[in-house]
Amino acid sequence: MTRDREAFSALLEDSADDLYENAPCGYLSTMLDGHIAKVNGTLLRWLGYEREQLVGRLRFADLLSVGGKLYHETHFAPLLRMQGEVGGVALEMVAADGTRLPVLVNSTVKTGGDGEPLLIRTTVFDASDRRSYERELLRARQEAERERDEIRRLATTLQRTLLPPVLPAVPGVETATHYHHASPFEVGGDFYDLFPLADGRWALFLGDVCGKGANAAAVTSLTRYTLRSAAVYDPDPVAVLTNLNTVLNQEADTGYPRFCTVTFGVLTVEEDRCTLTLAAGGHPPGLLLRADGTVEYVEMPGGQLIGILPDARVVTTTVHLAAGDTFVLYTDGLIEARTGDTRYSEEQLLDFVSTLPPVSAAGAVDALVGLLERLGEGVEDDTAVLAIGVPGPPSP
Amino acid sequence: MDARRRNNVVVTGDADGPVVMLAHGFGCDQTMWRLVVPVLAATCRVVLFDHVGAGRSDLSAWDAERYSTLDGYTRDVLDICHALDLRDVVFVGHSVSAMVGVLAAVAEPATFAKLVLVTPSPRYVDDGDYRGGFSAADIDELLDSLDSNYLGWSAAMAPVIMGNPDRPELGAELTNSFCRTDPEVARVFARTTFLSDNRADLGEVSVPTLVLECRQDVIAPPEVGAYVHARIAGSTLVTLDATGHCPQLSAPEATAAAIARFVADAA
Repeated sequence: MTRDREAFSALLEDSADDLYENAPCGYLSTMLDGHIAKVNGTLLRWLGYEREQLVGRLRFADLLSVGGKLYHETHFAPLLRMQGEVGGVALEMVAADGTRLPVLVNSTVKTGGDGEPLLIRTTVFDASDRRSYERELLRARQEAERERDEIRRLATTLQRTLLPPVLPAVPGVETATHYHHASPFEVGGDFYDLFPLADGRWALFLGDVCGKGANAAAVTSLTRYTLRSAAVYDPDPVAVLTNLNTVLNQEADTGYPRFCTVTFGVLTVEEDRCTLTLAAGGHPPGLLLRADGTVEYVEMPGGQLIGILPDARVVTTTVHLAAGDTFVLYTDGLIEARTGDTRYSEEQLLDFVSTLPPVSAAGAVDALVGLLERLGEGVEDDTAVLAIGVPGPPSP
Repeated sequence: MDARRRNNVVVTGDADGPVVMLAHGFGCDQTMWRLVVPVLAATCRVVLFDHVGAGRSDLSAWDAERYSTLDGYTRDVLDICHALDLRDVVFVGHSVSAMVGVLAAVAEPATFAKLVLVTPSPRYVDDGDYRGGFSAADIDELLDSLDSNYLGWSAAMAPVIMGNPDRPELGAELTNSFCRTDPEVARVFARTTFLSDNRADLGEVSVPTLVLECRQDVIAPPEVGAYVHARIAGSTLVTLDATGHCPQLSAPEATAAAIARFVADAA
């Protein structure tokens, strides 16, 4: 009984005046011109002011930091005027001794019976703890942004090591390449290279390792160096791809799928023409753009991915390039690009290339770069393009 | 780029009346003029727009370099005048846009008939005997708070969609949205605004000019209004019985009346 009575008398004691004066938040009433008309004891205590220093003398904006003053004049006051209330705005108040008090401010306009605004009522909450928490969040966000930049840098650097910086110049032949990164944060698995063989011929390859990221980068690296050393040992395309198949199969039980699609070719350059002997494993067909403007796919039999089965069946195809002809290899990022609900296709690619006038290797790559740009976000996978052309007669 | 779409240009009022172009300042968008437009529209052809980065402007047109000086904003104003083939424009610029109007009228005096500078400031920072109202330390603190505390500014500027039963004339979609600014845009705009110094440009103004200031304004105090008035030959200074930096909101009738009177005056 005694406890109940004490609680009851405490409630009686908690008058509206006392609640206003000593509420756990600051109260402020200001005239429409901002001058302070009334302020409670809590806010005076927080700011270290005497009542008579503020009432009738200063405006609410005078108690704000410079940033707060500007925000008040350019955002807060206009919003309050237009809406009659503004809530949850983070500002900094300046105490009598110059220290800053982070606060959250809510204001409403009190109107008279005729709807005319009379005064502005403001509540002020101490937001010091919240501000420290926000600073922590901000710090964490800046940290995350830094790490993101670092990952981007690592991915770009790693990617660069997997591609030749420039292709060697092949006398009598024009070459051009392009690599489209689908994401700056992940290393893609596409690769290509072109290098001289001991007998004066040239070897080239272009492919796509299954997957993305660090694991794919490891397989890409293994694939690239296997292809290059296999070509030194025996450049026959069937032998090279069979060797690669054996190496990738030896790595097969490491728990991560290690296979790729690849086209490997040997290039023999003669006067005004050249011959490509190609072998492929599961790779999209190459595009042959003839000097007369006709376009065709060069199908390469042996659709089997390299690295999946112990015995790969690999056969060769031969392509002859005359003056003005261009041969293009690409990875499936291009033909599997999303276009609305469907995917871009080999047929559409052929149609697109058919619209081109006879082009050089650089011209073909430029046209495909333009196509990739148009497909935009739809290109979800990395795409590599390698073109080889025999320079034609100068265009009229 | 079509300037009309880029700057969300809205034309209203009397199609045969004199052209009055209203330019909002730092912080909000063309909605700032909402309370004065009905008065002006009765007799004038009113052209409203949003600066790039504000309101419903084309945000993709925003470029940190173009908009890091007032020249970028000035070019936009001239683009709008050309796109709409406007002549004899009465340009009304609020706050930082007052200086945009000065620069535009100096660049192409033939396009503009008159200037109305609402709470203008050619230089916010004190400099020698010049009183801009802010010390260099104040501006440093402001820019620092913009740079380091973007969480606070972004949270404060995020649009809050809520009902507004007391003021049904303001649709719910409006609430806070007219002061919505992307924090990055706000940072650059604040830097552009508060570091600009256009005192030397005032003397170049050759069109009739009205300076509208408030009795009490933290951002553009009366000394600054007097300075602008003194530097623009033949200008008129009107001190509105209003407080704050936005008389078009705090004293819309008086602001609209002063602009309408100045538009109607034979130059």
